[in-house]
Amino acid sequence: MAPDNRLFHHTLKISRELCRGCTHCMKRCPTQAIRIIGGKAHVDSERCIDCGQCMIACPYHAIVIEQSDFEHIYHYQHRIAIVPSLFFAQFDDTVACKDIIQAIRRIGFTDVYIAEFGIDILKALAGRVNVYADENPVISAYCPAVVRLIQIKYPSLLKHINLIRNPAQITALFLRYELEDQNIDPNEIGMFYVTPCAAKYAQILSPSAVSDGIIQGIINLNSLYNLVKTQLAKLSQNKHRLDDFHELPPISSASLVWVLAKGESEANSGRTLAIDEIHNVIEFLDLVEQEDQKNLDFLELRACDTGCTGGILTARNRFLATERLRHIAESLPEHISQQLKIRILKQADKLIRNLKVDRFQAKYSLTLDQDVATAIKKMERSQKILSALPGIDCGLCGSPTCAALAEDIVQGKANIGQCAVLKLRKETSHHALGDVWGEPQSPLSEQ
Amino acid sequence: MRISYPVAPGDFSNAGKVSSTIKSLLKQLNISAKDVKRMVVAIYEAEVNMVAHSYGGQIVCTLEADKAIVEAIDTGPGIPDLDLAMTEGWSTATPEVREMGFGAGMGLPNIKKHTDDLAIETGKDRPTHINMLFRLEGATDGS
Repeated sequence: MAPDNRLFHHTLKISRELCRGCTHCMKRCPTQAIRIIGGKAHVDSERCIDCGQCMIACPYHAIVIEQSDFEHIYHYQHRIAIVPSLFFAQFDDTVACKDIIQAIRRIGFTDVYIAEFGIDILKALAGRVNVYADENPVISAYCPAVVRLIQIKYPSLLKHINLIRNPAQITALFLRYELEDQNIDPNEIGMFYVTPCAAKYAQILSPSAVSDGIIQGIINLNSLYNLVKTQLAKLSQNKHRLDDFHELPPISSASLVWVLAKGESEANSGRTLAIDEIHNVIEFLDLVEQEDQKNLDFLELRACDTGCTGGILTARNRFLATERLRHIAESLPEHISQQLKIRILKQADKLIRNLKVDRFQAKYSLTLDQDVATAIKKMERSQKILSALPGIDCGLCGSPTCAALAEDIVQGKANIGQCAVLKLRKETSHHALGDVWGEPQSPLSEQ
Repeated sequence: MRISYPVAPGDFSNAGKVSSTIKSLLKQLNISAKDVKRMVVAIYEAEVNMVAHSYGGQIVCTLEADKAIVEAIDTGPGIPDLDLAMTEGWSTATPEVREMGFGAGMGLPNIKKHTDDLAIETGKDRPTHINMLFRLEGATDGS
């Protein structure tokens, strides 16, 4: 699992054993990163944004997400679990928060914090934290799948992204600084983020985040959920009051629901907009790219439906989890304690120096060619090929649409003989095809 | 490469579809973000003009490595006084059209601002042919 030197780290893998090449994932993929080759799905790592849509679409559970070795936590004396707030919403009302926390400790962690406590840290530093974006509307950098989408599909919007660390990293930084102040060996501090989705897994393991050294490891939310469930079965049930929400690690009510759709946008001033689900995000970014929308101040964009409760590694129905999170938030205080604020302010200088992330680079993996003249030639050819294709986007050729097949042919990655519909209509279509498409490498001439 | 797109008169709900389609195409060609932006703004204006004022027509794109020519060709009724139409803020748009957020009188001036060369053939009761030239700066750097 050594970090590679490419821009992205990917976590979604396809099991060749389970994949049937059914095309479901290929058709769902928002960046057309998947092709079926030799009866199995293949992911183009240059286009994949780790949104996890393929995993949702796969009927055969053939798409799996990388897992890090849990034993890794024991390399550290101080093992801190940075858990997203929605973890507590994965359980129904019969499970006490205190029991969940106790279970996480029994699994092997020495302490438990909520990732979105980072939002309270930022609030405590208010007035000293800048917005690190060049243009309005400011786009949240929180959802890594959205950031990657902008990198490959909307590079002109990169300057709208607010280049600030995510709440989990800010929480980890603060805790680390406090521990270091207690003269604890930095090499003995292990921060472990529990991720609800593939995109955040990939983000934490991206080369730049690994070199930051803020978070030492990552745990899939569903595997922690399974471990906690096992522990809960061993604990005597209903020992605690079930509405023991004050037993949660420090967090304000607004920060607890920050990861839900509208959570971040409502915490921002001015005219804000929240959009969830990746295809909705794409529809909207097309519009922003075309018409600026400068009257808007802030955009919260999330790849998953309902926000992070819709993450692919969550255990519970996203609507029920969302409701439970809101229910817990109702009994939480509006602000964190004064004492805690003083503790945060003590670390203020160090924190502020480390809040900004590097600029995101554009990736041009959706262009036909780096050279404009060549790209125009390829486009011309692909349009000609497209006019001969049936236009029903059946996917049987292994490309998601007829237009994608036409581009794949031009790129030398596919062959027009792969079109199943043209094969069925052989006589007439081949004739029509000859009129528009007389290239020597045509499979027509191969026959 | 040459591609043309039809534009229907009075179809305000679809005004912008042609410029949006051309935008996706230009992005695939690795044309710089700056050039894509100004081309799309100019094409959008021409498209809306055609929807609002003409009997319909088409937008024709001719692309080469170093330049793009975009023609907006309608079937009339033409612009009687072109000098006046090129004046910022001057518009013949009906109140209904203005209510939809169009008709600010910035169409042609805005097109001029975003093109490297602009030629317009028109006249009362004649078709209008707008010829926009964009010199392309080459491969994109993401800025």
